[in-house]
Amino acid sequence: MYDFNTLYEAKTVKEALILRNEHPEALILAGGSDILIKLHEGKLSGCDLINIFGLDQLRGITMEPDGSIIIRPLCSFTDVATHPLILEHIPVLGEAVNQIGGPQIRNIGTIGGNICNGVTSADSASTLKAYDASLELTSVDGIRILPYAEFNFGPGKVDLKQNEILTGIRISKESWEHTYGHYIKYAMRKAMDIATLGCSVNVRLSDDKNTIDRFRIAFGVAAPTPIRSVTAEASANGHALDDELLHMVGEGSLVDVMPRSSWRASKEFRLHLVKELARRATIAAIEKAGGKING
Amino acid sequence: MDIIGAPLKRVDAKEKTTGQAKYTGDLVPRNALVAKVLHSTIGNGIVKSFDLTEAWKVPDIVDIVTCFDVPDIQFPTAGHPWSTDKKHQDIADRKLLNTRVRFYGDDIAAVIAENELAAREALRKIKVTYEEFEPVITVEDAMKPTRIPIHEERPDNVVVHSSYEIGSYEEARREPGLIKIEGDYETPIVQHCHIEKALSFAYIESGKIVVVSATQIPHIIRRICSQALGVGFGDIRIIKPYLGGGFGNRQDALTEPLNAFLATRVAGRPVKLEYTREETFNCTRVRHAMKFHIESYVRTDGSFAARSIIAYSNQGAYASHAHALVANAINGFRMMYPVGAIKGEAYTVYTNLPTAGAMRAYGIPQIGFALEAHVDDIVAKTGFDPIEFRKTNMMKLGYVDSLTTITCHSTGLAECIDKGERYLNYTEKRNTYKNQSGPIRKGVGMAIFCYKTGVYPISLETAACRMVLNQDGSFQLQVGATEIGQGADTVFVQMAAHTVGVTVDKVHLISKQDTDVTPYDSGAYASRQTYVSGMAVKKTAESLKAKILDFAGFMLHKDPWDLDIKENFIVHKHKEEHLLSVAEVAIESCYSLTNSQHIAAEESHHCSDNTYAFGVCFAEIEVDIPMCQIKVLDIINVHDSGKIINRQTAEGQVHGGMSMGLGYGLSEILKFDPKTGKMLNGNLLDYKLMTPIDTPDLHADFVETNDPTGPYGNKALGEPPVIPVAPALRNALFNATGVAMDSIPLNPEKLFFAFEHAGLYK
Repeated sequence: MYDFNTLYEAKTVKEALILRNEHPEALILAGGSDILIKLHEGKLSGCDLINIFGLDQLRGITMEPDGSIIIRPLCSFTDVATHPLILEHIPVLGEAVNQIGGPQIRNIGTIGGNICNGVTSADSASTLKAYDASLELTSVDGIRILPYAEFNFGPGKVDLKQNEILTGIRISKESWEHTYGHYIKYAMRKAMDIATLGCSVNVRLSDDKNTIDRFRIAFGVAAPTPIRSVTAEASANGHALDDELLHMVGEGSLVDVMPRSSWRASKEFRLHLVKELARRATIAAIEKAGGKING
Repeated sequence: MDIIGAPLKRVDAKEKTTGQAKYTGDLVPRNALVAKVLHSTIGNGIVKSFDLTEAWKVPDIVDIVTCFDVPDIQFPTAGHPWSTDKKHQDIADRKLLNTRVRFYGDDIAAVIAENELAAREALRKIKVTYEEFEPVITVEDAMKPTRIPIHEERPDNVVVHSSYEIGSYEEARREPGLIKIEGDYETPIVQHCHIEKALSFAYIESGKIVVVSATQIPHIIRRICSQALGVGFGDIRIIKPYLGGGFGNRQDALTEPLNAFLATRVAGRPVKLEYTREETFNCTRVRHAMKFHIESYVRTDGSFAARSIIAYSNQGAYASHAHALVANAINGFRMMYPVGAIKGEAYTVYTNLPTAGAMRAYGIPQIGFALEAHVDDIVAKTGFDPIEFRKTNMMKLGYVDSLTTITCHSTGLAECIDKGERYLNYTEKRNTYKNQSGPIRKGVGMAIFCYKTGVYPISLETAACRMVLNQDGSFQLQVGATEIGQGADTVFVQMAAHTVGVTVDKVHLISKQDTDVTPYDSGAYASRQTYVSGMAVKKTAESLKAKILDFAGFMLHKDPWDLDIKENFIVHKHKEEHLLSVAEVAIESCYSLTNSQHIAAEESHHCSDNTYAFGVCFAEIEVDIPMCQIKVLDIINVHDSGKIINRQTAEGQVHGGMSMGLGYGLSEILKFDPKTGKMLNGNLLDYKLMTPIDTPDLHADFVETNDPTGPYGNKALGEPPVIPVAPALRNALFNATGVAMDSIPLNPEKLFFAFEHAGLYK
């Protein structure tokens, strides 16, 4: 028995947007894997819900004529992890979401929910940030495109207006082409856990595979929101594949992160992990791209 | 093939795998009301008043009971056999609901509603006024004299303080040439995490309060409910269906006494009281956190001259099993290496934390970690071989503990060590792995243990069994001992079939206990049932067999003493020829026009002996120093549990215990807010119980001794597998890195600070 007040069922996206407009206090229910836990904890007692889970228009992964990959928000983590376009062009995103929870959670939980909940530990978030994704936010008034980099305000707080629904996640061809990524989820268990720290790196190497052409790195749980490390990226771009690169990536990351001490883990431990994970994810991404450190 | 030792498939396998097995939650009547408990939101204080106005307005609310409404009776909850000697009775220190709040989450009120949502809504609408005191979380703080006592009966918060001395410690340690090694060791608060949450339902039928409950100890729960409510033993009836794990948590009265009381508030209508997982974490029982200071004085020949221990056990808010666990721990300290003068001292101290109670191996995993870590600290400092040092000093055959008289009737410990050593190639690897460098290092570690099979002579050991013959030669087997997932039912069937002389399909085991009809047994705890209850099964089977043979003698006109039963047939002793089937005897005995007899047997066993089980864990690990992670490469437990009744279920017990030991050693710890005493991670996400993917391949092996006191040569196995795993892992980490950890779990953050302190990141 779950302690909510009213459940509104949306049959079309348009209906969902109208319901959203009429009931701005109601929560969007997609897979429910987060909302059911909050209901169980009594944190949402008496809430209203708008169920969008039946809206197949919000499912699927496609490639636009310009090469952009669009992920619709109701794709489950399993959908993302097994989709041919993801496997071919952005396999790291599939690898990242495949580390969420267990099989049941990955079958029901959605990538849109993962983003809109706005928690720093979301496993899809650091990779989508590192791929410079943009979000399609729709309301009865129209569509707004927002860089994902600007979406998170603070823990659980995102730039989703009270009448908006996330309807698409876009990764441009420029972002994914010739790019190889690696995600490390550092947790206390190999399954059924949230990240103590997450680190996603993607690299595009020079044609001779001797230098970094473009380097991107993002972290989860290294700050109140998922963040990119611009300092690490700036110091890595154009750099040779050597120990100094790894050193600079680690030190650069430390400039931008701001982890907190909590009962889950201390700041000191997380800072140690930031350096180590940045280093290991960079090595792995470079190797996937066909490069070699000190090669 | 001999039935004893055969890998018989579990007798409950089909029912459990097909979902036919009925657990408490499956049996709740459709018309049952739902009860929910209001838990305090302060860690220490007094409830001054309630405002129930809004709560009573919730539709479907049937009753609200507060701590001001319950009987003014303090009762004990520990699942021990009752002692008629007042001095040995469990501490009665709680009421059904408590005005004096002693931990964050104490039971202060309860609501009964037509449905769960209404009950939850009413809980939210109850307003409580408290007088608050500062919570006391640590043993050190609780023992400071200035505090307001948690229980007025214990002004210094010390539940019990005890000590012993074997020989003269002060004299022994003055022997010239001794090497002194000392250390402090600490173990965390952890929880059982049985999959079936704490629950029960209660109703009144024929004037009796019936409680159906997921308990390990139905007969004891009947006694506790009668004490808590102030009614007769016979006014309470406890029914125990199939159960989804206990591990000691259910060797305690949990929801039952309050549930029984709530049924009386609604004229006997069924009331369900089911805890959530979060309540099960916070409001049932936990394993005692313990701190130990150990001092050892070792001779240059590798023998102990003198040893001492001081132990502090964090009891939490209520006494439950209280001092019995840390007393067991310091006894275990003495028994494992009974050499030289030995001195032990222990304190059990109340704090404002969740109540600690029984948990698998009852204080021995705590001392097992401390002692076996300490032994590796000794060998590191002295250069002795870790195996030779242990073999020199460990308990030997014929040892009689001078304080308890518990005797070593059989031991295969040395063979267990040898088997584990050979399996892992420990000695060679230990030398290879010394003085490694680099970020990834390997290590091996080992630890041994001894474990008492039952609770004699500390406590009563008694068990009973009944067998009723059917007309087809099969029979019902009924025991008060409980199946809690460990496989007790299966081995009882094997024992009964073996002793009567029939095949196992002739034994119909009644798994459910009902205190109105089931013979008495204290229940599933210690590792006593195959040993104590097994003897009751054996005696009853011998009695049933004698009655069958007596009737067969009447039918055959032969002396029953010349007859025997083999594989469902009456035969001449030492001969194979079938004279009659047991079925023919059974049907004739029932319907004989001249001599009808309804053959049944019932025996009880008063056990006045005990025996030690032994074992060892050997582990090999890989440590990723920058990542602060331990990977278990190989691990084996080798056990001497006497004769193994069922190898397949025995291995299952060992695997389960090793899994629990791995969690204890590597990842599990309950955390609390130091300011409020609130549990921070009481759920299965934040409490790091290992998942299957985190669990390495587990290896189990046995050295089978034949214990002369066990009914079939058998000794304890249920609890022991958990004991040696954590210290073996700790010692492997020591071998790999040179870092000697003094506490568990060896989780990444703790390793980070330890590695940093040891200079491994420079």
